[in-house]
Amino acid sequence: MLGLADYSSDEIQTILDTSLQMRDILDRPVKKVPTLRGVTVVNLFLENSTRTRTSFELAEKRLSADTLNFSASGSALSKGETMLDTALNIEAMKVDVVVMRHKSPGSPHFLARHLESIIINAGDGRHEHPTQALLDMLTLRDKYGSLKGLRVALVGDILHSRVAMSNIIGLKRMGAEVIVCGPSTLIPRGIERMGVEITNHLDDAIQRADALNILRIQLERQTAGLFPSLREYHKYFGVTRARLEKASSPLTILHPGPMNRGIEITSDVADSEHSVILQQVTNGVAVRMAVLYLLAGGRAEPGAQ
Amino acid sequence: MTSKYTRFDKPARAENLFLQGARVIDPRRGIDQIMNLHVRNGVLQGITSEAPAGSDVIDLRGHWITPGWFDLHVHLREPGKEVAETIATGCMAAMNGGFTGIACMPNTDPPLDDAATVKWVRSQGKPFPVEVHVIAAATRGRQGKELVEMTEIVEEGVRAFSDDGGPIKSSAVLRHAVEYSNMLGARIFEHAEDVYLAEGGSMNEGEWSTRLGVTGMPTIAEAIDVARCVLISEYTGGAVHICHVSAKESVELIRNAKQKGLRVTGEVCPHHLLLTDESCKTFDTNFKMNPPLRSESDRQACWEAFLDGTLDVYCTDHAPHSWEDKTQEFDIAPFGIVGLETALGLALTFFMEKGMGLHTLLERVVYAPREILTQPLPCIGEGEAANLTIIDPTCRWTVSPDDFKSLSRNTPFAGWELTGKSRGVIHRGFAVIQTF
Ligand SMILES: [Zn+2]
Repeated sequence: MLGLADYSSDEIQTILDTSLQMRDILDRPVKKVPTLRGVTVVNLFLENSTRTRTSFELAEKRLSADTLNFSASGSALSKGETMLDTALNIEAMKVDVVVMRHKSPGSPHFLARHLESIIINAGDGRHEHPTQALLDMLTLRDKYGSLKGLRVALVGDILHSRVAMSNIIGLKRMGAEVIVCGPSTLIPRGIERMGVEITNHLDDAIQRADALNILRIQLERQTAGLFPSLREYHKYFGVTRARLEKASSPLTILHPGPMNRGIEITSDVADSEHSVILQQVTNGVAVRMAVLYLLAGGRAEPGAQ
Repeated sequence: MTSKYTRFDKPARAENLFLQGARVIDPRRGIDQIMNLHVRNGVLQGITSEAPAGSDVIDLRGHWITPGWFDLHVHLREPGKEVAETIATGCMAAMNGGFTGIACMPNTDPPLDDAATVKWVRSQGKPFPVEVHVIAAATRGRQGKELVEMTEIVEEGVRAFSDDGGPIKSSAVLRHAVEYSNMLGARIFEHAEDVYLAEGGSMNEGEWSTRLGVTGMPTIAEAIDVARCVLISEYTGGAVHICHVSAKESVELIRNAKQKGLRVTGEVCPHHLLLTDESCKTFDTNFKMNPPLRSESDRQACWEAFLDGTLDVYCTDHAPHSWEDKTQEFDIAPFGIVGLETALGLALTFFMEKGMGLHTLLERVVYAPREILTQPLPCIGEGEAANLTIIDPTCRWTVSPDDFKSLSRNTPFAGWELTGKSRGVIHRGFAVIQTF
């Protein structure tokens, strides 16, 4: 799974349906099944992300896969080894699945050209983060029953967000409408060609959307000159209860985490009854179990399933 | 047919060659007819219908012979990166591609920024039928600060200076470089780029960079520098040549400059005429070059400018890189593709259907580059030095990088079916002609 760009609506539907079965396993007293016994998964995290890595690791363990963690610091990559050599070494160790996080866009595609293993993209630069978009879609589907016709606004740093990119692709494919909202310097050029609406006014997005997916604002974007100050950002793009109360009906609030409370989102919003942020985390494990099962189930020991 | 003329590494002397039955085309002389050419010791002889005694007769029926093609923008990696290309392998690639002259850029390591280095590079081409011209660095070490010793370098035959690989960032230095080189009858070749606008970019900025999450380089990063060059040319009266034009805005600026009578010229590469940024969607680094592949409307604008002469020159920006360097993540791999061995085939396959006549093509690839470097123009006539490209216009072939004479394989055209191939070159008393 290199990105949602390669997936049809039927395939996405299958993953979401399978995720529900996986979530049932998570609700049992013994949260473990032998489904991927004999399958070896390497978590190749060349850019740090405790959250996503933990979620994948848990998903792998719940399915009884053998897992191995590989991070950038301390690896040969920090000593100047090329990614290709790292990949070939991993392959030589006979793994089945590589879950990969890397700062270079397209790096899972690069790896897929040189490895036989199944590659799962866990975030490649600002390109895609397919399992995050799937868990966002599952969370919304839980709440609304269907994604068709739903209007979702992505708020914040669209330019640097792989979450936004995968969400746009996935939601559009499932028949939802997408609005992107942020300061003009953080809206990438040509994004309207992906079939989204653009607004620079948060109130406008709130007026029209059913759900807000609030993206993390990175502090270093300010020093890069993309917006004047965090104070100004919060004033015009921060999601607060007062702003949300102007909407005709309550909006569902999503955030991929980790949150900057008081900047892109205030605590009274993050912790409100309309926030599904913690459900997203649970759904993250279920979605990743589903993806691993659907892609690697065939490689499990006979009888494991 | 003798196999004497097939070695690229040791080209044979054109001592007594009889080229039979080709269509000989020399637009500037008004020649376009089937005829025989006799070359003795590198010099064209008078018309004979019979092969002179002892001559090597080469049957060229169905072939074309044109004045030798010239590639105005080539990177040879010697000194510094001989694993990617040497002057010798670059010459062999040029011969295989049908070029009898190339101008190489100074961004080697160390850079070509003094007379001695320039002289050495030129001498390396001596055993080949390919003239190696040098475009020397405009500033010492390509640092963008002090001008190189231009007078001495011009005495070595150099007629152009450039910090290509990148722009001359300081407008003051650019202005002085244009003024000083103009005094010497030379000109500045500018790699047009505002480095701040292009910073961190790996491809064109637009729909595809957004879809792929790759940092983009906007067209205005190029065009702003073109505007700067045009203004400096107008202010100083000096000549500026804009390298590898790729953007619609740049084309408009050059067109306006020409309408005002300014001494601004421009060149275009086959990849900017034939490909767009959508090609980057598989993250294949053979589509990563600088300037990057642009949008369809930029591509169309380059075509119009190439057809109407706003862009004077067809060149390749041949930029060899080793497999190791190109087999990396898209944002990490270096910019550049090889071009010497595909340019002719691409031109013959695609340019005619776009409405470009053969004579116009030859203006862009035979005459204009040499005029920009104030070099004598090759012509086909009795007593003239033979400087010829031999073309099989109907040969259908598939681009196979493994067959390149270049040391590098980084082409975006691998697997393309082309019609038209160079069969050889004759120049400087040497001849290389492929058997068929
Ligand atoms: Zn350049």
